[in-house]
Amino acid sequence: MKTLFRRAALAGVAAFLPAFAQAATDVRIMWYSDGNEGEVARDLLNRFEAANPDIKVVLDNVPYKMIMETLPQLVSSGQAPDMARVTDLGGQADQYLDIGPLVKDRAYWEKNYATTLPWLRPAGNTTGIFGVMTGITTTMPIVNETLFQQAGIPLPGPKATWQEWAVAAKAVAQKTGVAIPIAIDRSGHRVSGPAISMGAKYFDGENPALVDDGLKTMTKLIYDWHRDGTMSKQIWGSVGGTAYRGANEEFANGQVVLYFSGVWQFPQFAKTIGDAFDWHGVPNPCGPAACSGMPGGAALVGYKSSKHPAEVARVMDYMASEPVMAEYLARTLFLSPHAGIAAKGVAYDAKTPQLKKSLEAAQANLLALSPTAFRLQGYLRNRIMFNALIVRLNQAIAGEMSLDEAWTRMTSDVADGMKAAGVR
Amino acid sequence: MSTLGRLIDAPFEALQRRLGAARMPYVFVAPNLLVFGIFVAAPMILNVWYAVTGGTQLMPAERPFVGASNFGELLDCDQFGVIASCRQDRFWRAVANTAWFVPFQVIGLVAVSLVTALILNRRMAWRGFFRAVFFYPVLLSPVVVALIWKWVLQPDGVLNALIVAGGGARVPFLLDPSWAFSWTVVISIWAHMGFYTLILLAGLQAIPADLYEAAEMDGTPHARVFWRITLPLLMPNMVVVLVLGLIRAVQSFDEIFVLTGGGPGTATQYIVQYIYETAFANQTHILGLAAAASILVGGVLMVLTMLQLAATAWSKR
Repeated sequence: MKTLFRRAALAGVAAFLPAFAQAATDVRIMWYSDGNEGEVARDLLNRFEAANPDIKVVLDNVPYKMIMETLPQLVSSGQAPDMARVTDLGGQADQYLDIGPLVKDRAYWEKNYATTLPWLRPAGNTTGIFGVMTGITTTMPIVNETLFQQAGIPLPGPKATWQEWAVAAKAVAQKTGVAIPIAIDRSGHRVSGPAISMGAKYFDGENPALVDDGLKTMTKLIYDWHRDGTMSKQIWGSVGGTAYRGANEEFANGQVVLYFSGVWQFPQFAKTIGDAFDWHGVPNPCGPAACSGMPGGAALVGYKSSKHPAEVARVMDYMASEPVMAEYLARTLFLSPHAGIAAKGVAYDAKTPQLKKSLEAAQANLLALSPTAFRLQGYLRNRIMFNALIVRLNQAIAGEMSLDEAWTRMTSDVADGMKAAGVR
Repeated sequence: MSTLGRLIDAPFEALQRRLGAARMPYVFVAPNLLVFGIFVAAPMILNVWYAVTGGTQLMPAERPFVGASNFGELLDCDQFGVIASCRQDRFWRAVANTAWFVPFQVIGLVAVSLVTALILNRRMAWRGFFRAVFFYPVLLSPVVVALIWKWVLQPDGVLNALIVAGGGARVPFLLDPSWAFSWTVVISIWAHMGFYTLILLAGLQAIPADLYEAAEMDGTPHARVFWRITLPLLMPNMVVVLVLGLIRAVQSFDEIFVLTGGGPGTATQYIVQYIYETAFANQTHILGLAAAASILVGGVLMVLTMLQLAATAWSKR
């Protein structure tokens, strides 16, 4: 009887063994979306899972705020997911997993992602592969052309300055009764492109140096525009601290003449505005130094704490492969971080003339970005500068301090932030 | 004894035989103490450690000891009373905003809660319904409270629509520093008064009715009844409301953060938001500074509460 029982138990265990042997490794990705990126990524990853039954990719769709605030805590406490889609590229670069030794074809990565690989490297590392950009973005203006037509005012040309755009937008707003001539996202990143156009350098040699004449010129313009009504306090004045505030709802409701944001707004505007009015992206306004926005974008990174580095590298190899990346970009309407795809051109799934025109303008803007903008984007501690810029400028706009005081505070905030971060 | 009762008793009887009756109370409070220890005492001790250590590392063991330098940085001002002269000017702005907010909010809260409790204590039609209505905001999530009021107060919100329909001009309720500050006080009172009304209502119902009957027979005016009977007998509840209201007012964060984000500028940035942003919202998480600020706030709160209790005890003499 005892033998019989033992045999039955062994048979039972044996029956389950294939199931255990077949059990897939879970690779968990913390993912946020501006538009349809999560949906597209899931679709692509379903195909990856079908071809790789030993890996199951769990895509945790979370709000952007969680990526910015909760994820760093998880990473610091050793509880990071295997992978995440992040925008603070350098913030926790020292925790990223170097998949360089694990990827199938290192040369492919180095050839096609040469521009953006350094953005993800921790300080002092010049060779590692720490992730893949899931599309490049550029900040740029989006205009409501219908309002220009209604006002009988022509759109300023490709080399128009910020001041010329401001005069035109204000005139359009006055003639059409629209409340907001210019809206700029309340974000240090967004302000930095125009500031670079005005000559801001952001660095003094190797050291971060936020405040110079170029930055002063642009921040003074924004300050003055809030005083004379070119910019509405509705956007910057309605929040404080480092909080982000966009004007996408106001733009979609036809209340903004020129909205300075970025390419990531295109898909949602195509959806929310449709053809209710004629909107599209335009070339970045110029300053004496450049006609620049800021590059940016989100990256898919792996974390050192992952228990499945090989599987992470396989997922990364798949997402970075040319056909997959090309399809992802075409469907999500991001600019290409992949040199090969960029050279061939992305076959965007742009169904409306507004989208097509906007994407063409975005490609042109990307090529016109200042090298300073790329350097700033790749700088690990850029957010310290962005936060100081936005908090202090906002205080000056709110009347809590003069612009001179704001610039002094920006400098000391950056120094304090760098010191706290251990940057000498 | 029921079967269930015997089932529960059995393990405790065994435990009592092993430990002795004198030690059994510790067994019963142990679960609560454990929860308190994990979620209250341990974070407080940890907070003290963070306050005396520097760097941006999260793990306590990795943080270098810096002594009182975080406190020194917070208190580093060339001239006290001039916020612009302080190194951490945003901390002092938050302190100043909180120092303005707390008296307005607490006095308003106590006054509105008292009046509401007095009205709801009277015999009136639909009394139960109104009691529920005034308590309802307490049940709402702070985020919901903030969003509701945002819809009401934003430039194209309900209130401005009514003003414009009445021929008036839009009012920048959340864009003007004074308006924004005032609304944070009003909304905070609206959101929390139900709870305090309930405490005061319980106090009012505990006052013996024969005192009011005697006063009525004597022809005592209503105002005198209020000052001589109601208020003195309600004082223990008032002290509870004051202390809880004060602590809650200093801790104000969630609904205001969602409503204004601390803006315009820093007009509605209160101390907890400063702590939160310093610790979590910036790229560099300066946990030591945030922990030091929270200890300073905790200390001030403790002093205020003790002063309040002392004043109440003194007034009873």
